[in-house]
Amino acid sequence: MKRIALFLMLTMAASAQVPYDRIRRAAAEPGHWLTYSGNYEAHRFSPLAQLTPANVARLKPAWVYQVQNRGGVETTPLVVDGVMYITEPPTVVSALDLRTGRRLWTWERTLPNDLQTIGFGRVNRGVAVLGDMVYVGTLDAHLIALDVRSGAVRWDAEVADYKSGHCITAAPLAIDGKIITGISGGEAGIRGFLDAYDAKTGKRLWRFWTIPGYGEPGNDTWHTPDSWKTGGGSTWVTGSYDSQLNLIYWGTGNPGPDWNGDPRPGDNLYTCSLVALDAATGKLRWHFQFTPHDVHDWDATEIPVLLDTVFRGKPRKVAAMANRNAFYYLLDRSTGEFWLGTPSAKQTWAKGLDDRGRPAVLPNTEPSEEGTLVWPSLQGATNWFSPSYDAGRKQFYVSVREMAAYYYKGEAEYKPGTFFAGGGERALRGDEAFGAIRALDVSTGKKKWEFRLQSPPWVGVLGTAGGLVFGGSNEGNFYALDAESGKALWEFQTGGGMASNPISFLIGGKQHVAVAAGHAVFVFGL
Amino acid sequence: MLFGWRALAAQASDPINQLSPGDLVRGKKIYEGHCALCHGQTGTGGKGPPLAQPTLRHAADSQRLFEVIKRGIPNSEMPAAWQLTDREAWQAAGYVRSLGRTTVVPLTGDRERGRAIYESKGGCSGCHIIRGAGSGLGPELTEIGARRNAEYLREALLKPGAAVPEGFLVVRATTREGKVVRGIRVNEDSFTIQLRDAGNRFHSFRKSELSSLKKEFGESLMPSYASKFTAAELDDLVAYLASLRGES
Repeated sequence: MKRIALFLMLTMAASAQVPYDRIRRAAAEPGHWLTYSGNYEAHRFSPLAQLTPANVARLKPAWVYQVQNRGGVETTPLVVDGVMYITEPPTVVSALDLRTGRRLWTWERTLPNDLQTIGFGRVNRGVAVLGDMVYVGTLDAHLIALDVRSGAVRWDAEVADYKSGHCITAAPLAIDGKIITGISGGEAGIRGFLDAYDAKTGKRLWRFWTIPGYGEPGNDTWHTPDSWKTGGGSTWVTGSYDSQLNLIYWGTGNPGPDWNGDPRPGDNLYTCSLVALDAATGKLRWHFQFTPHDVHDWDATEIPVLLDTVFRGKPRKVAAMANRNAFYYLLDRSTGEFWLGTPSAKQTWAKGLDDRGRPAVLPNTEPSEEGTLVWPSLQGATNWFSPSYDAGRKQFYVSVREMAAYYYKGEAEYKPGTFFAGGGERALRGDEAFGAIRALDVSTGKKKWEFRLQSPPWVGVLGTAGGLVFGGSNEGNFYALDAESGKALWEFQTGGGMASNPISFLIGGKQHVAVAAGHAVFVFGL
Repeated sequence: MLFGWRALAAQASDPINQLSPGDLVRGKKIYEGHCALCHGQTGTGGKGPPLAQPTLRHAADSQRLFEVIKRGIPNSEMPAAWQLTDREAWQAAGYVRSLGRTTVVPLTGDRERGRAIYESKGGCSGCHIIRGAGSGLGPELTEIGARRNAEYLREALLKPGAAVPEGFLVVRATTREGKVVRGIRVNEDSFTIQLRDAGNRFHSFRKSELSSLKKEFGESLMPSYASKFTAAELDDLVAYLASLRGES
């Protein structure tokens, strides 16, 4: 009997397959972490309930994996059938034995000598898994499919020319037969897009330009000729997917140049927006622009969280986003209609939002030669790190950055592959700036509790069905909060700064959590 | 003597010394557009290290600074600014150097008398280290003349609380048992704090053990020397401190 069981286990491991339906029904397999945000709806919530407020104080490290190269570790690991798939800096994928942290295989991209990352670090935030392949975007803007068992390259597709400042740092999104990838380069004057590739062959199936071309709807929001060609609108954080509506939701980045809006009068569609695309064709279904004519680099690339909730007495299908511009939004995810927008952090740039969600921008908040003081800072009230949605408690957890900056306006001349920013900021760091984990009532955006952090964080949050919220800090603290009160119940000093997202899964039937910190990935269990 | 001559010759041929005021204005603009995002608008640092200091770890001389700007630093987040022309990179380098330079102004005090006051009447070495000698409660002063101007140094002696350098915030921690520790914050995170008290002893607390934690902005553990020194003594001490530029 024992022998048969062992045989079955080995067979399972050898035939590790992640068909689309497994990811679609991720909630049915809480022991795994199958896609960047845990499920297509981007809840980053674990249905596991073994870890609770009563026992979390006993949490301790199970193993630690040290990465091979220097650089920031911003990976969200995936966990599939006894293997953890991570990315390491600058563009490395490793498969680790889930029980021990020992490496099973590793693949490293040879990056061109003249590669530059304009406006961000040499990082990668994770992989996608589909079928028997692992997918990763590279800093030189390729999308690569690797064999899930060996790490051997199955196909390599050039997404864009890295020499013009295109880059990929985000984890791809794997849906039915397609791999969706975004692009970075918003400080290099790229024209942003979102791509779909055939999962088996690497052939490009569609491209959605986030900046509409001549004659297309929205192009007239770029009032000066050709400004749209260098208009930015990057797509550098992984979006979400509604399999029933077959719509992909993806946030778009700032217009270019960032802090000098003079060369690009107009609303600059579809920058700083959420776009909903037909997954079959890449055609735009709707868009909502959070920050028209942005001049503070407030990308709207934050994770769009898809949830069903009662709003104003009616059950609704919602896309929720805590935006970098310091507002929390609820949109109808079928139509893009604006339902709610309320501040989630201190902001001094908008008087408020009108009934269609358009901000009433206050005077004298634009960057200037001498510097203009505005809340939030350039990095926003939140950023690429993930929020979490706790459907049981109807709470939206978000890592918040409370910090101001002086914004400067400068000259901006477009030259391919160079900074096209037109200014900068001086953030007000120090003891006045702080961070917080906030639990918002999902329907109203009202704060239910907050856990204050020493400094504005770069770490996402993970809610669990056991009633916990895991988060991290710049100072290396990984901790668990009580989902009811926000009270800290457990903390571990990892010894390195954190810029990552936690996940949860099972090892040998027991709940564990993992997070990247410093130059390592830590796994904790009871 | 020979060394001195060579140094002078190198100084004259240093491209940074040949930059015009107009070049530095242009360098400032380049800096603000390209470098300030990480290094701060005035070189105080941020995501990147501070540059407003006389010596830079990766750029011992002007040529190295130019190369760091043009080629970046491998295996770090410092990118190569290969989009800049050589001339633009020199302009930026010149501006970066100016961030770390304080002008040497002639001072009325006598630095030798100032040294004696530092050692004896002032008792300064009880809290500061110069070239390895002294006690390390307060900031190290070996290069203080290169980092701070005389005006700042005078202010720091008269009103220490108005010139608290980064990393020397005074905090008062009170434990749940009522024990009070006042000292310099050495490190802090969301859950813990580490202090050094006036006796230079380390203390470590979990914040959950404290009933209060007060940050005393504008306070310093250093006493004011306004009433302790005569005006002439103060001039002498400032002259001595301003002469400390890291050279042995």
